[in-house]
Amino acid sequence: MILAAPQTWQMALGFGLFVGIWYLTSAVLKLPRFEKIPDPLGVLIEWLSWNPIYGLSIFTPDYYKHIGYSIYRAFTAFVLAVALGVPLGLFMGWSPLFRRFTFPLVELIRPIPPLAWVPFAILLLPGTEWAVIFVTFIAAFFAMVLNSLLGARSIDPVYFRAAQCLGFRPWDVFIHVVVPGALPFVFTGLQLAMGLSWFALVAGEMIAGRYGLGFMIFEGYSLAQYRNIIIGMGTLGLLGYASSAGVRMLGRRMMIWRERQLGGGAE
Amino acid sequence: MLQGSPRSETGGALSIRSVGKVYDPGGDHVVALEQFSLEIPSGQFCAVVGPSGCGKTTLLNMLAGFESPTSGEIVMDDEILAGAGKRLAPGADRMVVFQQGALFPWKTVLWNVTCGPVLQGRLSPDRAEADARAMLARVGLEGIEHQYPGELSAGMLRRVEIVRALLIEPKILLLDEPFRALDALTKSVMHECLLELYDLTRKTVFFVTHDLEEAIFLADRVVAMTARPGRIKKMIKVDLPRPRDYRIVSSERFGQLKREAVDAIYDEAKKAFEAGEREFA
Repeated sequence: MILAAPQTWQMALGFGLFVGIWYLTSAVLKLPRFEKIPDPLGVLIEWLSWNPIYGLSIFTPDYYKHIGYSIYRAFTAFVLAVALGVPLGLFMGWSPLFRRFTFPLVELIRPIPPLAWVPFAILLLPGTEWAVIFVTFIAAFFAMVLNSLLGARSIDPVYFRAAQCLGFRPWDVFIHVVVPGALPFVFTGLQLAMGLSWFALVAGEMIAGRYGLGFMIFEGYSLAQYRNIIIGMGTLGLLGYASSAGVRMLGRRMMIWRERQLGGGAE
Repeated sequence: MLQGSPRSETGGALSIRSVGKVYDPGGDHVVALEQFSLEIPSGQFCAVVGPSGCGKTTLLNMLAGFESPTSGEIVMDDEILAGAGKRLAPGADRMVVFQQGALFPWKTVLWNVTCGPVLQGRLSPDRAEADARAMLARVGLEGIEHQYPGELSAGMLRRVEIVRALLIEPKILLLDEPFRALDALTKSVMHECLLELYDLTRKTVFFVTHDLEEAIFLADRVVAMTARPGRIKKMIKVDLPRPRDYRIVSSERFGQLKREAVDAIYDEAKKAFEAGEREFA
């Protein structure tokens, strides 16, 4: 029984303590600096209300508009980052010549924080929409490049030797050795990139968005609709969790050979 | 014993002509091999034994095309494979069975053993699969085609790897201490399995090992090498009849051959051991 499992109760206790302390500090004790923090009960009522005071709840279309925009941006940026970053990284890892051309450049551009790209992105791209996506993309892109590169370099050289002996052409080597061999690292990159996408997205939306959860949080702050800040944060937490779970599921499907090796994929 | 018809003459005569190999890491002049010459006729099973560091793996790497010699040349069927400082890229005509195993863990057994001929376009996937199933069955591996290497035991992996090597029909098979990590029982099963496949295909085999008994049991000729720099200490022709099975190990002739080989190699092993002691002192 899942309810009887100690993990379930321990988890519930953790949640309960967190919400309890939050409720105590913000609603009962009203500690200094905590008086402006919305209490959990008020937030929950607002979130689930048919007729929310500040106009955002699970029954208002605007709430879903914010969510929709954020998901669309994060997903577009993430897919672009994977589609461009993985081949680039794998190729850098595989070909020393290509690596010598590109690696120093990548290492120089990579440390630039995503937010520093905002003005550049607004100048370069038409409209703020693509600027936000670009900033999100940048964050995820370098995580993908670097992890794919490490993945390709982590492959035991004996597999390349075996491929040569078996008469593989370079393209066969790339498809059948480099790509699957680097997959465990690429998968780590996917998880990292997913998190970084949300991270950069919200920051980008606060600065340049007209919709989206980042915008929603910042507007909640500007207009003193503090409950909306917490609703936005909670929504981000749920979306982030769901997207990470999705990536993990994808990873398990991609690497059946590893699952079986480790003994049936038990957690 | 299974009797297969030997395939048509495929060449694979190997000629190693005064090959030398010098490594120079950071200015240290390490002579791995010196003036090494050896002729291996087509279809012969040749085992090379020697103490660790005698250059036997270096020699195999040069035959495979992973490294080039510093001097001398290596010729296979009138084609120069390698000369001083240059070499042909490795290819399917010289298949290596690696010491640590090199089946692709992310591919099924079937893909692993059929990829060579299929990717080269030499066989259709169906034909390659039929061949693979037949040869896997010969070595007692039926019904594992769709498993991944990580699911198999060490002994099964080695058999799959040898099957893969033979299915690409190389001219010469290069084995680099392939049974080193196996327990004694698995090892002797593997020996019979390898001999069966050898009797079936009669490829030229170049087998590197440090295990004397293994070398004598398997080979037509045993080449005992000196400690570094590697040179030929003694050649022993193994005139034991084929097909062989494990009972031959207790025969009188086997004992004689072994004594002969031990006498040749003992001094060298001792030298290598003492040199090693000095290196670490």
